[in-house]
Amino acid sequence: MKVTILDYGAGNVPSVERALQRLGAESHRTDSPKCISKAEALLLPGVGHYAALIRALDEKKLRAPLVDAIHRGVPFLGICLGLQVLFKSSEEAAQLHGLNLLPGIVSALLPTVKLPHMGWNQLAKKRECFLLAGIDAGAYFYFAHSYAALDSNGPTAATCCHGAEFTAVIEQRNIYAVQFHPEKSGDSGSRVLQNFLRLAA
Amino acid sequence: MSLAHRIIPCLDTDGERVVKGVKFVGLRDAGDPVALAARYNAEGADELVVLDIAASRDRRPTFLETIRRVAAELAIPLTAGGGIRTLEDGRAVVRAGADKVTVNTAAVERPELISELSREFGAQAVVLAIDAKRVDDHWDVMVRGGRESASQDAIEWARMAVARGAGEILLTSVDRDGTQSGFDVALTSAVSRAVTVPVIASGGAKSPEHFAEIFQEGAADAALAASIFHNEVQSIRTLKQFLAARGVEVRLPC
Repeated sequence: MKVTILDYGAGNVPSVERALQRLGAESHRTDSPKCISKAEALLLPGVGHYAALIRALDEKKLRAPLVDAIHRGVPFLGICLGLQVLFKSSEEAAQLHGLNLLPGIVSALLPTVKLPHMGWNQLAKKRECFLLAGIDAGAYFYFAHSYAALDSNGPTAATCCHGAEFTAVIEQRNIYAVQFHPEKSGDSGSRVLQNFLRLAA
Repeated sequence: MSLAHRIIPCLDTDGERVVKGVKFVGLRDAGDPVALAARYNAEGADELVVLDIAASRDRRPTFLETIRRVAAELAIPLTAGGGIRTLEDGRAVVRAGADKVTVNTAAVERPELISELSREFGAQAVVLAIDAKRVDDHWDVMVRGGRESASQDAIEWARMAVARGAGEILLTSVDRDGTQSGFDVALTSAVSRAVTVPVIASGGAKSPEHFAEIFQEGAADAALAASIFHNEVQSIRTLKQFLAARGVEVRLPC
């Protein structure tokens, strides 16, 4: 199985590639609608501004093939912004439409704490969580974001807390997503990617 | 469950080799950045910073190659900077594998640089480095490697930079840098309480007590050091075990 990485111009594609490479996984990056339609597994490694990702998906005509592939059951892993675009919209760019694959919206984290939420934090499992299989309950993961899904009970498998509780891990059928950066989260992050590869195989 | 305090080793390079000086002068060779990066990644460092302190135009390709080689060793975030003057400079270090870009002198001279980088990469990728020096009852912003005063108040500058889109402040005490007499608690605490973004304390670290103090009394979100880690005076693993025992939340390596 080969992982198709959606390369819309974000900075963290090389580190995601390297993380997959260390696990012995084959991957290739693409911004072509055709490659997305033929993908065996999809990975969207978002970083930066929500608007930049949504505009890139639309300008490069990737939205329809991506949504189609997910509907067909192709295993999908979203990272950071790649989690946020699954919802209807985000307060970061309220006029734009997300992929609307999950109910709810993405909101700004509460300004009662330092923002961006930057650094290593722990998770709380809400139910059985395949991406976190074999990982210690106290493990830390690297976060770097100011927006999050604050109210999304359905697909949320694990949460994190920074000022408010928010969705950290999503698992719904073939849709997997994490708010943290597994490619930057040392051994625990590497294990999350490995778990996704197993689920996708 | 809460956000861990971060320990960040810093590699000051001449573009290619790690160097270290006292109070920004008297530089000497301190090792291979790639080997050090691999060691810190394995020892439980929470992030890594790589700076080009020579920052000369003709050595830039060498520094970008250093970033590429360092990034290849890491499963933790990498911040890179030194001599970033334009959005294009920022793009080059991100393309080479840095997760965050740090800016200093050029941002003081042209604060729009912060907004430009923040719009393109997001606030979480823009680290404003401030070199601050005590003058009478306040701290002055120093530029050009800590040599010249910018005649600007450090706290005011930190606030302005955050308003422009800086997502983090890397705060170096010029008075303490290289002295190993402890972080500047008063400076760090003043800046950390004045801004809404995380603050990385830098300059003066030697003992584990210095780290406990800057987290518990200086309100630092992260602490950065160079030579004590390079010289193996202090291992990151034992430092974190010490901090955990003192009740400081840290990510303990496996």
